[in-house]
Amino acid sequence: MKYVYELHKTMLAHNLIIVYEGEFTQEITKSVLAMAERNMDSIGESASTKRKVFNVMVECLQNIVKHAEDLNEKDDDGLRNNAIFMLGKQANEYIITSGNPVRNPVIERIQTKLDKVNSLDKDGLKGLYKEILKGGELSDKGGAGLGFVDMARKSGEKLEYNFEPINDEFSFFALRTVVPRAGGD
Amino acid sequence: MEIINLEGTEESPKIILDKENSIFEISGRSLPEDAAEFYKPVLEWLESYGQSPNSETLFTFKLEYFNTASSKLILDILSKLEDVTGTKISWYYHEDDEDMSEAGTEFADLVDVPFEFKTY
Repeated sequence: MKYVYELHKTMLAHNLIIVYEGEFTQEITKSVLAMAERNMDSIGESASTKRKVFNVMVECLQNIVKHAEDLNEKDDDGLRNNAIFMLGKQANEYIITSGNPVRNPVIERIQTKLDKVNSLDKDGLKGLYKEILKGGELSDKGGAGLGFVDMARKSGEKLEYNFEPINDEFSFFALRTVVPRAGGD
Repeated sequence: MEIINLEGTEESPKIILDKENSIFEISGRSLPEDAAEFYKPVLEWLESYGQSPNSETLFTFKLEYFNTASSKLILDILSKLEDVTGTKISWYYHEDDEDMSEAGTEFADLVDVPFEFKTY
């Protein structure tokens, strides 16, 4: 039972206010969002910060929901829809982190998108957003291809990411987005 | 013409499309799981409204939040309205919501429909 205390300490040490591990669906997304909203309301967080955190959380959670479906057929290896989502709160910022398994062949595509987003400044991101919005069709998964761009715009900082190899077929994709707290800094 | 009147939920906006009373409004939150499916009836309604529109169409967007998939559909709605003569968009944003204000400006840049910006 020691792991309970260890996990508790880890969460406190990283200032994690929400950790969810498991299957991701739209219903779970709504529940996690509601928890985060209540948490931010209870400490009187500014409306502007709340909106940005909410925004980044939605894109992050819906990304996982959309792409977790890719893994559905692999239910014998325990990967399935399982992913992790964390919301952390520091004095000056909120940290939205997610981790989910992805198929190795898609890594390059994700990486290219993220590197492009991270190479752009505020105006560059605005331009890219409009370009994708105008030119793009929704993917067969219903994504607009705008998630990372939007997250970077709401954050104002670079999106940190990492791919940890799981096996020949999968890697674990971790993504970290920071939202500065208004008035903090 | 048939009236569309949808109650808003925590994940989908309130929508009223009422030709007779000249009310055209989308408000609240928009983060449905399948944005294309959700907005399909709206686009179909606008398609048929465009066949014989009112002389003026004042379309109100009063959104608190929308996800990126919804943004694509909002652009589709605006593009439909581009073809309806006498359309004007009222884009509402909360007075301290710069992001929603900026989103409105970006949509206004992408379509050829007059926008009016209002705070609430």
